[in-house]
Amino acid sequence: MACTAESVADAVRAAAAVVASHRDELVALDRAIGDGDHGENLNRGFTAVVAALDEGTPDTPAAVLKLVASTLISKVGGAAGPLYGTAFLRASAVVKDAAELGPAEVVAALEAALGGVVARGKAEVGDKTMVDALSPAVEAARSADSVSELLTAAAEAARAGAESTEPLVARKGRASYLGERSAGHVDPGARSTALILGSFAAGPVR
Amino acid sequence: MHDGAERVGLVVVSHSARLAAGVAEVAGQMAPDVTVAAAGGTADGGIGTDFDAVSEALARVGAAAVLYDLGSARMVAELAVESLDDPSRVVLVDAPLVEGAVAAAVAAQGGADLAAVASAARAAGSEPEVAAPAEGEEIRVRLTNEIGLHARPAALTARTLSELDASVTVRFGDKSADGTSVLALMALGARGGDEVVVSATGRQSDDALRAFADLAARDFDE
Repeated sequence: MACTAESVADAVRAAAAVVASHRDELVALDRAIGDGDHGENLNRGFTAVVAALDEGTPDTPAAVLKLVASTLISKVGGAAGPLYGTAFLRASAVVKDAAELGPAEVVAALEAALGGVVARGKAEVGDKTMVDALSPAVEAARSADSVSELLTAAAEAARAGAESTEPLVARKGRASYLGERSAGHVDPGARSTALILGSFAAGPVR
Repeated sequence: MHDGAERVGLVVVSHSARLAAGVAEVAGQMAPDVTVAAAGGTADGGIGTDFDAVSEALARVGAAAVLYDLGSARMVAELAVESLDDPSRVVLVDAPLVEGAVAAAVAAQGGADLAAVASAARAAGSEPEVAAPAEGEEIRVRLTNEIGLHARPAALTARTLSELDASVTVRFGDKSADGTSVLALMALGARGGDEVVVSATGRQSDDALRAFADLAARDFDE
């Protein structure tokens, strides 16, 4: 099975739901080591994404991803806007006008998303950022055979990757100003990445 | 500046509307003919950076240096620049926001091109360079205005001298400054009553010395 524009839109709606239900958790994580706005910002962005999708689902997976990107870029006030926005934008560009995405296209989209986040945020694995969740997720996705399997593998790797940020000292983003005091908290961006990838795996994209 | 060429503008991107407006105000005071567009805060008035506001600010200027405060402001500014029809008309500058904006504004007011405006902003982050004393004519000028070569007088001096084809060095005690650098002039710390030594080389060196003496005699229009 492959994903159509409709199933990509469903996956994005699932991500919006999980961001909404974890809004307070993300706010609390970000309040500990950042500026406290991650949950609020991301929820505002994904709420706007759902509203945009309600206007009508674009024709191709790429067009859905592009709509998500432009909406997040416009509506999320913090770093998550340009970072997730660039991720979805690059993913959109790499799948071009394919009507359906198979495993190879989904892996390519995840790789492009990671490339976009790294280019935009200049972070590496170990800097205590989204990259710590997204990078192992891309790695895990490469070794699976179906879209369903690869999304499950990516979600699991992202979850573990996000947890691995807890002891780290932040080297990028607002948390880096805290130095050693940033250790002992999960990075909110890594956590939201894991939540979103988790929702893709659990959602109707099969 | 080339005849008819628009001055390079400035875009200030900040997490706060008031911070962006304040930086634009301070920079604008030094450069009355430079467009300084502020883009701060989120659309609903909160703290954050708004892509649409940055895009609108970019639309208000032509060639421009873009300065930002914190990391996500840089990222939003990058995205907005990448979305322009001609991204090469602006340069994102990594510089201390206030000093960089002031230095860029003064350079732009003097007619500097985009690369020179950007480099003026970047240089604002480092210690003022010790200018090599220019060989050539030299005059001694006593400052008679109260604050001396500070703030507006420094800006006026840098602006005036940067419009001339001359390399000007202003010395006070054991410190020396490039006459076209507002921050370096301010760092001299020359106050009212102090005497500075001004030297100049280049095609318009005489004009430059005369211009400086003239400004000092007018108390820098304070």
